[in-house]
Amino acid sequence: MAERDILLDSTLDSVEIAEDAVLHDAQEIGFREEELHQIGMAVRESMVNAVVHGNRYNSRKKVHLSVTKAPDRLIVVIADEGEGFDLNSLPNPLAEENLLRQSGRGLLLIQAFVDELQVSRAQPVGTEVRMVKYLAKAS
Amino acid sequence: MSVKLNNRQVGDVTVMDCTGRITLGEGASTFRDAIRDMATKGDKKILVNLSDVSYIDSSGIGEMVSSYTTVTNHGGQLKLLGLSKRVKDLLQITKLYTVFEVFDDEAAAIRSFT
Repeated sequence: MAERDILLDSTLDSVEIAEDAVLHDAQEIGFREEELHQIGMAVRESMVNAVVHGNRYNSRKKVHLSVTKAPDRLIVVIADEGEGFDLNSLPNPLAEENLLRQSGRGLLLIQAFVDELQVSRAQPVGTEVRMVKYLAKAS
Repeated sequence: MSVKLNNRQVGDVTVMDCTGRITLGEGASTFRDAIRDMATKGDKKILVNLSDVSYIDSSGIGEMVSSYTTVTNHGGQLKLLGLSKRVKDLLQITKLYTVFEVFDDEAAAIRSFT
């Protein structure tokens, strides 16, 4: 399995850099256009969470991006150096009373676009998001 | 590319044609500012044409929701036109299909304003 690791600044430019890097790898192992769009969105949302909510644009904090290419799947791990958060404390964006909230839909979209999603505490600090997308089997 | 906006008047409906991407940063804030200006100016019937929008992320979705609330609070109506399959999927996933009135046909959208 081939792997790439990148250390990124806490800026919005890093969102584009991460999206481009992951899409390059995803294309190499054979993902098609619609799946590429989904992977790109999942990476974008996860990177925005890391830069904006995790590291809060702090120039001393980095975002760690790791991409692993396997023959049948792509594994992307994005970790920030922020204070972390309790997943259970997040408001449900699909609840009637939250539908008109301006934010809080990022994780929902990531979940919709990847096959596996794990959110955990990174060591020693921060939040780690692990996403797996499987190549659809040819019919 | 960020988003480009162009307003045109069809009767008493203001149609805002959007081209490009509505994502965190310039795209989302340009969209928000334009809608706020229209609401403040007194535009009550706003049709947002997304036919040429290639990409919307959760920040863009957030600005659309916020714009809907702004216009509604000013006593107006905001509706959406020409959503791509991807944008329709986003509205399905986020359940915002229950909030926005969405049209494929501009004439039907214009007629729907009361």
